[in-house]
Amino acid sequence: MVQGAALQLSDLSVNFGAIPALLGLNADLAVGSLTAVVGPNGAGKSTLLKTVVGEVQPFRGRVSFGALKRSEVAYLPQHSTIERDFPISVQEIVTMGLWNELGPFGAPDRRQRTEVEEAIEAVGMAGLESRMIGQLSGGQLQRALFARLLLQKGKLILLDEPFNAVDTKTLIDLIRVIKEWHSDGITILAVLHDQETVRAHFPQTLLIARELVAHGPTRQVLTGANTQLASRMCEACADELHSCSKVNT
Amino acid sequence: MLELFVEPFVKFEFMRRAMFGCLVIAAGAAPLGVFLMLRRMSLTGDVMAHAILPGAAIGYLVGGFSLSALTFGGIIAGFVVALLSGLIARTTILKEDASLATFYLISLALGVLIISIRGDNIDLIHILFGSVLALNDGALLLLCCVTTFTMLSLALMFRLILMESVDPQFLASLSRLGAIGHYSFLALVVLNLVAGFHAMGSLMIIGIMLLPAATARFWARSVGTLILIAFLIGAASSLLGLLASFHFSVPSGPAIILTAGLMYLISLFIGREGGWISSNSKNPKVTQ
Repeated sequence: MVQGAALQLSDLSVNFGAIPALLGLNADLAVGSLTAVVGPNGAGKSTLLKTVVGEVQPFRGRVSFGALKRSEVAYLPQHSTIERDFPISVQEIVTMGLWNELGPFGAPDRRQRTEVEEAIEAVGMAGLESRMIGQLSGGQLQRALFARLLLQKGKLILLDEPFNAVDTKTLIDLIRVIKEWHSDGITILAVLHDQETVRAHFPQTLLIARELVAHGPTRQVLTGANTQLASRMCEACADELHSCSKVNT
Repeated sequence: MLELFVEPFVKFEFMRRAMFGCLVIAAGAAPLGVFLMLRRMSLTGDVMAHAILPGAAIGYLVGGFSLSALTFGGIIAGFVVALLSGLIARTTILKEDASLATFYLISLALGVLIISIRGDNIDLIHILFGSVLALNDGALLLLCCVTTFTMLSLALMFRLILMESVDPQFLASLSRLGAIGHYSFLALVVLNLVAGFHAMGSLMIIGIMLLPAATARFWARSVGTLILIAFLIGAASSLLGLLASFHFSVPSGPAIILTAGLMYLISLFIGREGGWISSNSKNPKVTQ
């Protein structure tokens, strides 16, 4: 066990009905590490994040956060359940990130309102504060959600495919936000499918195919041999179970 | 003019009581209706309104046409259905709309049947369509209490209900309070429906919640403005509906709901937020 791990997965196993989605996963993420989760479709990448935040219960093994509190874990799911038609502005949706400070009853004070403004500015959305979320493009909404994430001030940030359906300009801006988190010593775990992005920006990689394939420095993990092994492992269980699509999370 | 709009209220106490009752109902119904609409729960609200009927009917069977018996029965039935409909949608293969439709039909049939066991058609009509022109002190007091309680609760839980409506998954990742927000909201809807059905009837009461909210959507963008406009529309429909019912001797519950319906239809055409004319005359809203 690594001293000062921000996230420890020990023998983590998750089933969906009779179908295994994750099997005996062991991994320790060091405090302040920037890690990409990579794997073929149906490898259990999203399931891993959902299990870490407690949305899915493991049937065996456990997740622990080292010295972190549960409230210091922030999570951005792949498919946000945000109701896009709801008449609410960018500023209001970003302010929701202050929930841990405000609770259900508090109102943001002057300092917190400034924080909201700064977060909106940091994701390049200055000037769009009063825009309704229904009028945002996919990239703009993702920027707003990153601003909300900024305000949550998590010590461990989990991102599920954060660059899906996002334009190149947004991708660059959001990667800059992630790098700022990284330089502030925040631990980040992001599910990504684009290996170019992973190689360019993520020092650590966790390659999974339901089971752990490899974990370590990206250059050593993302080798041709490893990724082929991962897709073979996933295909093998897909053939066996005829149901990879069901666990395609 | 004065004769047409003011005199009925000046002259007759039952008209003043009806006006007061309707305004109180509109104040509680406006915010709940807006949230029902924004949460895409309009149909759920409709079903809960009907679900109250068998409860009220059993209350009627036991206690006769008494305020407390009807109210108590209605509240119990409303809560049971609010819990059950969510449970059935989550645990069986039936989709929520189908499970709601079954509730709606069973409740209505059951309610009508139970009332007709003991009562006559007049009682049935009273329960289905309300008796806003015969509101007694007890009914008015109940309305005032429920509306006050609703306002205070909503003020207290506004952020909770708002976040639970906009992004339930996000709230769930932060706090366990989401479920409390959800069920408290449903409970407030039930309370308002029960308190209001004495006036508007169990078939009509949901109309004064949903129609003004749907109409407000054509005029406002933010949640606060939506609630304010929904209240104004609800209040105006109540007054105009009451007057129409007075002058043309038509039943007042349906007259109020039809007035609200008329406002909805007008807004559908001339509303500036996505009404028919505004969407067809300007360029479609830019979604970028």
